[in-house]
Amino acid sequence: MTGGKVVRVRVDPEKCQGHNRCKALAPALFELDEYGNSKEIGDGIVPEDQLEAAYLARANCPEMAVEIIEE
Amino acid sequence: MAQDTTRTRPPVTDWTTDWDHLDPNWRDNPYPIWDDLREKCPIAHTKRFLGAYLPTSYAAVKAIAYDTKSFSSRRVVVREVRPEPPMPSPPISSDPPHHKPAKQLLLPPFTPDEMKKLEPRARAICNELIDKFIADGRCDAAQMYTRHIPVRVIAHMLDVPESDGDQFIQWIHEILELGITNDEILMKAVHEMSMYFAGYVEARTRKPGDDLISRIIMARQDGKPLPPQEVLGMIRLLLIAGIDTTWSAIGSSLWHLAKTPSDRQRLIDEPKLMPTAIEEFLRAYAPVTMAREVVQDTVIEGCPIKAGNMVLLSFPAANRDPAMFPEANKVIIDRQENRHSAFGLGIHRCVGSNLARLEMTVAIEEWLKRIPEFRLDPAIPVTWSEGTVRGPRQLPFIFG
Ligand code: HEM
Ligand code: SF4
Repeated sequence: MTGGKVVRVRVDPEKCQGHNRCKALAPALFELDEYGNSKEIGDGIVPEDQLEAAYLARANCPEMAVEIIEE
Repeated sequence: MAQDTTRTRPPVTDWTTDWDHLDPNWRDNPYPIWDDLREKCPIAHTKRFLGAYLPTSYAAVKAIAYDTKSFSSRRVVVREVRPEPPMPSPPISSDPPHHKPAKQLLLPPFTPDEMKKLEPRARAICNELIDKFIADGRCDAAQMYTRHIPVRVIAHMLDVPESDGDQFIQWIHEILELGITNDEILMKAVHEMSMYFAGYVEARTRKPGDDLISRIIMARQDGKPLPPQEVLGMIRLLLIAGIDTTWSAIGSSLWHLAKTPSDRQRLIDEPKLMPTAIEEFLRAYAPVTMAREVVQDTVIEGCPIKAGNMVLLSFPAANRDPAMFPEANKVIIDRQENRHSAFGLGIHRCVGSNLARLEMTVAIEEWLKRIPEFRLDPAIPVTWSEGTVRGPRQLPFIFG
């Protein structure tokens, strides 16, 4: 929760090619499968102290597969 | 190193209509050429190589990499000749739908967690190499250091003698550099590599271990093992794709640090910057240029593209596009937003990207620990490889 807003991350499995940038930058938010492709952990809700990491992950995914949803 | 192939080539008259990536100007400093082309003609054409396009903008490179229907990977090197049929080398030479199953066989041994297990041996390899020349106060870092790290690490993974590394380097040189213009040398090197590994494949089919060769033998595609020829093909591909590439990436990074003392000092003072620095070296000095064969007419970024031509797919040029990367020609070791394409874009993303990152990080960290002060030797020139993989092949440093 950040100022009443819920921020979530999501990996688009159609776009992800396993570059592993997201996991390297935000290990608390992403997990990799046996092929190295990424998925958000759990419901993808980003705690306050992980916000910066989440935006960095999005800014460094070469496939534009990391989405940030602000509700 | 034999680079005579370029000496006999007609000089390029106009880069927009007659480009040639084997030209000595390209080899020594391609960046101004790409910057110029990106402004004038973001998809240039040449009649050389039986006809080929050269995209230099990030948008064009990405569009081509994603469009596997129009741009086939059946040929991934722009060469003087186009033997028919091209030599298959899955997954790098595969298109959908064959690509994915072949790639999934190779991916599990290369995840970040698997790479962590290699780190101690990789660090030890770097230190064993440094031990040999540190007392001299100088070295050719390309020949005595960066060259040996990827071969030894992959030999360790394959569980074959690390001392056979020089032989691997020779084969790769024949395949990636001499082979562009000489088919005979290429075929001979491929044959010799296959002979070398055939014995290991046979022995480990009978008695598998936990090495990379055994893991490829044990892998199953639709529940079936790969035929021995395909196992050999995958091993060859890992060597061809993993050795000169990483050698080049480590070499270019050290070259940058030798001539940029401020970045070197910053990395020593702020070791936390290493991850962004590695990504920035990968962006700015991306070593790998791939190719595609145009198999149907299409339009990319407004430019008509005709079937029958090749495309030189320059991820390195894409990485210098100022439309994507502000101050693209500046190396900024704490760059925050960096969607570089050094490991490709789309389905062919480099299988070895986690390994390459590990090797680069370890090689630079161990070097800076032991040799924090070093510079280029002004008396000896730095030389660069030609062809598909770009990196320093002579890198004279003086320490202190
Ligand atoms: C810094 C070092 C490296 C760079 C810059 C690099 C770059 C690339 C690039 C750009 C591609 C995409 C090819 C395409 O789009 O056609 C690729 C594919 C590949 N690379 Fe690397 N590579 C490096 C190291 C490695 C290593 C260490 C290995 C393995 C030991 C490796 C194995 C592969 C394989 C198997 C493919 C084919 C993947 C596919 O077609 O799906 N590479 N590499
Ligand atoms: S950085 Fe992007 S492509 Fe890479 S693993 Fe993460 S989501 Fe997938």
